[in-house]
Amino acid sequence: MKKKHYFGRGVMFLLCLIFAVLFLMPTVLTITNSFMSEAELKSNYGVIFSNLQGGYISKQVNLKFIPDQVSFSQYTTGLLKSPEYLLKYWNSILLVVPIVIFQVGIASVAAYSFTRWRGKIRSGIFFFYVILMLMPYQVTLVPNFLVSKWLGILNTRWAIILPGIFAPFSVFLLTKFMRRIPYSLIESAKVDGAGEWQIFTRICLPQCRSALYSIAILVFIDYWNMVEQPLILLQDADAQPLSVFLSSINAGEIGLAFAMATLYMIPSLLLFLHGEEYLVEGIANAGSVKG
Amino acid sequence: MESKRLKRREKRRDFARSLCFLSPSLLGVGVFFILPFCVVVYYSLIDGVGSRNFVFLDNFINLFQNYSFKLAAKNTLYFSVLAVPLAVVLALVLALMLEARIPLKSQFRTFFLSPMMVPVASVVLIWQVLFSNSGTVNEFLLLFGHDKIDWLQSDYAVYVVVLLFLWKNLGYNMILFMAGLSNIPKELLEVADVEGASEWYKFFAIKLRYLSPTVLFVTILSLINSFKIFREIYLLTDDYPAALYMLQHFMNNTFRSLDYQKLSAAAVIMALVMVVLILLLFAIEDWFGKDVEG
Repeated sequence: MKKKHYFGRGVMFLLCLIFAVLFLMPTVLTITNSFMSEAELKSNYGVIFSNLQGGYISKQVNLKFIPDQVSFSQYTTGLLKSPEYLLKYWNSILLVVPIVIFQVGIASVAAYSFTRWRGKIRSGIFFFYVILMLMPYQVTLVPNFLVSKWLGILNTRWAIILPGIFAPFSVFLLTKFMRRIPYSLIESAKVDGAGEWQIFTRICLPQCRSALYSIAILVFIDYWNMVEQPLILLQDADAQPLSVFLSSINAGEIGLAFAMATLYMIPSLLLFLHGEEYLVEGIANAGSVKG
Repeated sequence: MESKRLKRREKRRDFARSLCFLSPSLLGVGVFFILPFCVVVYYSLIDGVGSRNFVFLDNFINLFQNYSFKLAAKNTLYFSVLAVPLAVVLALVLALMLEARIPLKSQFRTFFLSPMMVPVASVVLIWQVLFSNSGTVNEFLLLFGHDKIDWLQSDYAVYVVVLLFLWKNLGYNMILFMAGLSNIPKELLEVADVEGASEWYKFFAIKLRYLSPTVLFVTILSLINSFKIFREIYLLTDDYPAALYMLQHFMNNTFRSLDYQKLSAAAVIMALVMVVLILLLFAIEDWFGKDVEG
C-alpha cells in the first residue's frame, strides 16, 4: 500500500518536472538568447527569419540556451544607439502606472460601497459589473472607440488610460476581499462615532493592504502586456507602448527583440518575485464569481 | 409608527451614502462602457450614421451573410471549444498533483505561473523558432523519420495556438483550483478515508462537488482568455491568416474601413452570446452545486 503511494508520488513529481521545464523554457530562452551576438543568433535562427541580411545562415534551426560568448551588444544597441526603445519603455510606464493607481483607488471606494451596503439595486449593479468584467475585449472595443472619438482623445494616451481606470475588474476582486472584514469591526467604529469616510480609510483600507497590493500586481501585468488596445485606440507610433513595438522588431533584429523583451520583463518579474504570495492570494480570491 | 419612519429614513440615507461611494466608479463605467454600448446597440439597428433610418435586423442579417464574419466566428468557436475544456481539466490535474506531497511544490507553482510575465512578442518569437517550417519541432520529426509539417500554415496551426494558450493560462487556472481545493472541509475527506472510499470516489463525490464554483469561474475565465489569444495569433501571422482568422481580426480589419454598422452588429452579437453563455454556466453551477452551498 505504502509502496504504491511512493510510486504515485514519484510519477507526479516527474510529470510536474516535465511541465515545469516546458513552462520555463520560453522565459529562459528569451533571457539567455538576449546575451547572444547578432552573428550567433543569425547562425542559429537564420532559416526562420530569412530576412536577416548577410552572415552565415545555417540550414537548420539551432535552439540554444547558452550563448557561445556572452555579449551585451544587443543591450547597448537597444539602449544607447536607438533611443526609440527607451522612449517606448517610457510610454508603457506612462500608460500603465496611472491605470494601476487610479483603477485600484476608484475600485476601493466602490468596493467599500458594495461591502458596506447591500440591497436589491446594489446587488443588481454588482452583478452587472461582473458581467461587464467578463465581456471580451472585442465587445468593449467599439464602445471605447466611440467614446474616445466623442471626447476627442482618440490617438492620445487618455484613450487607453481612461477606460482602463474604470475597468470593473478591481472592483469585483476588492469587494470579495472587503466582504471578509468582520462586520463587528465596522460596527464598533460606527458606535465610536466614526464617519463613513473614516471607517473606510482607517479600518477598511488597512485591513486589505495585501489585497490592494495583489490587485495592483494583477492589473499591472495585464496592462503591461497589452497589444489590442493600442492597435486601435493609439495608432500614433510615437506614443505606443513597448509591448506593441516589441513585435515589430521581430523581423530584422531578433537579438534586439530578445534583449528588449528581457528588459521589458524586469518590472513584472520583480513584482512577481517580490509579491508572489500576494499575487497567488489575489488570483485565489477571484475564485468564484458569485457572493 | 415613528420607528418605522425613522428606519425608512435611515435606509434612504444609507442608500445615498452608498451611492456617494459608488459614484466615481459608476460614472466612469457609465461614460466609458454603458452609454457607448447603448449607442452601439442603436448603431446596429440603423442603416448608416448619416441617414439614421431604422432597419431593425438588416445589419445582423448582413453580418450573418458576411463570409469573413462567419469564418472568424467559426474559427473562434472552434478554438474556444478546443482550448477551454483542456485549460480547465489540465489546470485541475496540475492543482491535484501539487496537492499531493511532492518535493519542490512552491517552486513548481512559481514556474507554472511564470508565463504570465513573458511579453507577448518574445513568446511569439520562441513559438516561431519552435514551429516554423525549419523549426525545432520539425527537427525532432525528421529525427524520428517523420515528414516536416509547416505548422503555422497548415490546419495544425490552431493546435499550435492551443498549446500557446495552455502554456499561458494553466498556471493562473491552477492557482484558482488550488484555492478551491483548500476550501474543501477536511473532516469530510477524513470521514471518506475512514469509510474506505477510493481516491476516485473522493474526487468525484466530494472534491468536484465543492469545486463546482471554481470550475465555473475557471471556465468563464478561460473562455474570456480564449478571446484574448488574438494578440499572439496576430503577431504570429498577419492581418489575414487563413486557418486562424479570429473575431478580433475581423474587428480590427473592419475598424480600418470604419463600417460602424457591421462593427456594432458584431459587438452586440458577441455581447449577447457571452451573456447567454455566462447565465447558462451560472445555471449549471446552481444546479450542480446546490447541496454544498449555503
